[in-house]
Amino acid sequence: MKTNDLILQTITKIAIFIILAFSLHLFFAGHYTPGGGFIGGLMTAAALVLLLLAFDAKTVKKIFPFDFIKVAALGLLIAVLTGMGAFLFDVPFLTHTFGYFDIPILGHTGLATAVLFDIGVYLVVIGVTMTIIQTIGEDE
Amino acid sequence: MKENLEIIFAAVIVLGAFVNLVGAIGVIRLPDIYTRNHAASKGATLGTLLILTAAFLFFWVEDGHMNARLVLGIIFVFVTAPVAGHLISRAAYNSGVPLWEKSGQDALKAKKQKAQSK
Repeated sequence: MKTNDLILQTITKIAIFIILAFSLHLFFAGHYTPGGGFIGGLMTAAALVLLLLAFDAKTVKKIFPFDFIKVAALGLLIAVLTGMGAFLFDVPFLTHTFGYFDIPILGHTGLATAVLFDIGVYLVVIGVTMTIIQTIGEDE
Repeated sequence: MKENLEIIFAAVIVLGAFVNLVGAIGVIRLPDIYTRNHAASKGATLGTLLILTAAFLFFWVEDGHMNARLVLGIIFVFVTAPVAGHLISRAAYNSGVPLWEKSGQDALKAKKQKAQSK
């Protein structure tokens, strides 16, 4: 008997945007308030898991055609490169800096290199979580 | 003025906690999963919404701080909690959990039998 998942799928389509927006908010808020790469990545992965629950694995693969192991590898690469970048300025490994810039739309904004490192953490968390869930879900 | 508003918000929070309590008592006292689910999803949703709304208004009036996360939380709970209740009820019905023996009608029964006989 084919089940009719109309209510779940409709609400998923709405809720997914709230979850993704909130995960991005947590990610960028991480420098001054609770949040950061780890919890942001976990919440993005949770949004993808909600998609997996409401639709099937093939549909999710069509929407997000990423190899999530490669996403994790890319995140590690970014994290290591931001650490290595400190060598260019003759300071120890993983030294971070920040500065204030006037950006056209956002105005006076503080930008820190720690955000680049956080992007690495974010991608690793998404990649590892989704790889675990997809490998568990797919063995038939 | 501010003090009066704070008393109102406190009353709303207590009301929300009371609705949550009534929902919890309903989960214990009601006879089968469908009526329990009815109490849990309705009671918990309304109670949580009242508490979150009062907290949002309190921080707005007290600190002039509009907490967007609370608004998002209110919308999110309001949208998803009934769907969770619906899914639990449907999973229970589809796996054959019986209704309470005194319940009057089962509108889904005929449809389910029709679908199974096909």
